[in-house]
Amino acid sequence: MKKEKTSLIRNDGFQTLLASLICILGGILVGFIALLIIEPSGAVEAIFAVLKSFFRYPGKLMLKYFGQTLVRTVPLIMCALSVLFAYKVGMFNIGVAGQYVAGACGCLYAALAWNLPWLPCLLIGMVAAAVLGAISGVLKTQCNVNVVISGIMLNWITLYLTNLILGTVKSPNSPYTLALQGKNPSALLPSMGLGAFFNNEKSVTIAIPLAVIMAVVVWVVLNKTKFGYELKATGNNYHAAKYAGMKENRNIIMTMMIAGALAGMGAGLLFLTGIEDWETTISSVPAMGFNGIAVAFLGGLSPLGSILSAFFIQYITTGGGNVDLQVYCSQISSLISSLIIYLCAFVAFFKFFLQAQIRKRDEKKAAALKAAENKEGGEG
Amino acid sequence: MVLLLQYTLIFASVLMLVALGGCFAERSGVINIGLEGIMVIGALGGALVMKFLPISAGAPVMVLLTILAAALFGMVFSLLLAVAAINFKADQTITGTAMNMLATAGATVAVKAMNTAASGGNDVSSDIVYTAAKDLFIVRLGTFEFNWFMLVAAICLAISFVVLYKTKFGLRLRACGEHPQAADSVGINVYKMRYAGVLISGLLGGLGGIVYITAGVSVWKFENGVAGFGFLALAVMIFGAWHPLKIALAALLFGFFRALGNVYSGFDFMMALNVPSVVYNMLPYIISLVVLAFTSKKSRAPKAEGIPYDKGTR
Repeated sequence: MKKEKTSLIRNDGFQTLLASLICILGGILVGFIALLIIEPSGAVEAIFAVLKSFFRYPGKLMLKYFGQTLVRTVPLIMCALSVLFAYKVGMFNIGVAGQYVAGACGCLYAALAWNLPWLPCLLIGMVAAAVLGAISGVLKTQCNVNVVISGIMLNWITLYLTNLILGTVKSPNSPYTLALQGKNPSALLPSMGLGAFFNNEKSVTIAIPLAVIMAVVVWVVLNKTKFGYELKATGNNYHAAKYAGMKENRNIIMTMMIAGALAGMGAGLLFLTGIEDWETTISSVPAMGFNGIAVAFLGGLSPLGSILSAFFIQYITTGGGNVDLQVYCSQISSLISSLIIYLCAFVAFFKFFLQAQIRKRDEKKAAALKAAENKEGGEG
Repeated sequence: MVLLLQYTLIFASVLMLVALGGCFAERSGVINIGLEGIMVIGALGGALVMKFLPISAGAPVMVLLTILAAALFGMVFSLLLAVAAINFKADQTITGTAMNMLATAGATVAVKAMNTAASGGNDVSSDIVYTAAKDLFIVRLGTFEFNWFMLVAAICLAISFVVLYKTKFGLRLRACGEHPQAADSVGINVYKMRYAGVLISGLLGGLGGIVYITAGVSVWKFENGVAGFGFLALAVMIFGAWHPLKIALAALLFGFFRALGNVYSGFDFMMALNVPSVVYNMLPYIISLVVLAFTSKKSRAPKAEGIPYDKGTR
């Protein structure tokens, strides 16, 4: 029994899980302290409102909100996949936020201006986002521009450009784009009867299983294919990969394109459900992409971990809307998720610390064993 | 024309202050992606002073206290980076990104809580209004509005140059960014130097934040953060080759393009071009990408930046 326990704590996946749980607890704790500072009397109720999320609603309504939470989890999973895919190849894809915006721009424009059905719309969104990723990749390989800096610049450029482009298909009396349901219902993702499980919530579509499939595909590509191996090798040591005959620059550009396409697909899978329309007057880059970064790191940079952590982050974001807005504000959940990423930066240190402790214990045990042996030898 | 000059100078001041901040951090060996967040928190500190200090305190007290508050808030916030990156050897890019999100979320929560409490739940916005206090920062010379912050930026530039290139401290700081092991071997405390670098970047970044939010407007919505200005400043720093004087020139160039977005409607020939206003909004970012594409090839970044210091490595 005891042996099993020690082997569990030595498991890398378990250590990651443990670290993620500690990050989550830390984030919630500081969030709770913030609530206490704002107004102590309702803080306990408020933090439970955040943590209970959709579970605080009765039966059918709960299913509906559960469905909507899943719908919004989809783009988070996709953005997280984008981030972790690039990260495995040694790049920090902060441009995921802009790629997400480009995806929204591409698919909504195709749907509203050209009246295309959903599949071409989704593909156009992915291509638009992939192009954006490719720009970052080319700038990195040809001009040595830091991917983080070019990503940020492209985020803002894309945001303004998207507002300009989608401004041509917006509803005449609001800043939002036309509703897909009215203008072009064929662009809505098919639901395949999935909505029936969620009290006939219309926004529940094939997007949810698609995102899970994509996570599996990303895992397979990264871990089970030659292509994925080459990409990771390039990320680990650019010069060694080049020396081994890999096309190092092509690999980097390809990675950024794939990362972009993943983020763009995430945007398509959200906006083509018709759950929300694009607001053409927004003046800051949507938080979805940045939350994708949080999700990727909280999920221990594993595609399957990302599914869980995306659900968790969206779960508390939905919960943020539950607090008493007369006293608190819904951004408390953004505060919690940003704290969680900050703590995730310590994960490497935490694992190192844990491994050092294990090693120390092993050494002590070995020394004790040796001492005992010597003693026995001495007596004999 | 005067308006263009005025906006160019004030935006250049912001970019210069923040880029100098980034320069100190990177010269000591720590990449500070979190400058954007540091600006938000610095802006929050300054804006709080401007909101709550009575106008009757007079211009000198107001200017001084605002600057102090912004710098102090920025420094305290930059400790988050210092602790993670220097003591815990955390990934500096993740830490910086987290700080940016944390700053916007934290400032929004704080300001909303303040507004909600003050209004009894009627005002749940994340705005801070500082119309009256803002006037104290401005001296009108004809139509040109001289802002005390421009002078502050110029002084910071001079001090930064002297500190980095004419003092023992500056030499040691730069050594820690180039080859920390060598610096350590001659008795320089690398950890202390890196702390100093990050804290100075917090000070300058915080200052830049308050200058930015008072540059054109007299109300700030903290939900919006600082619109990527911290990252523009990083581009300025790279374009300025991590050297204070070149950073100043780069800041003027970028400040000019940013200012165009504010004042282009005042020029007949620019209005005649009939370009949508978003194009002017995009301009600084596009220019910085193009400039970086041309200048990054032979970039001379500090050699040890971004690498946590490990005494054991050679």
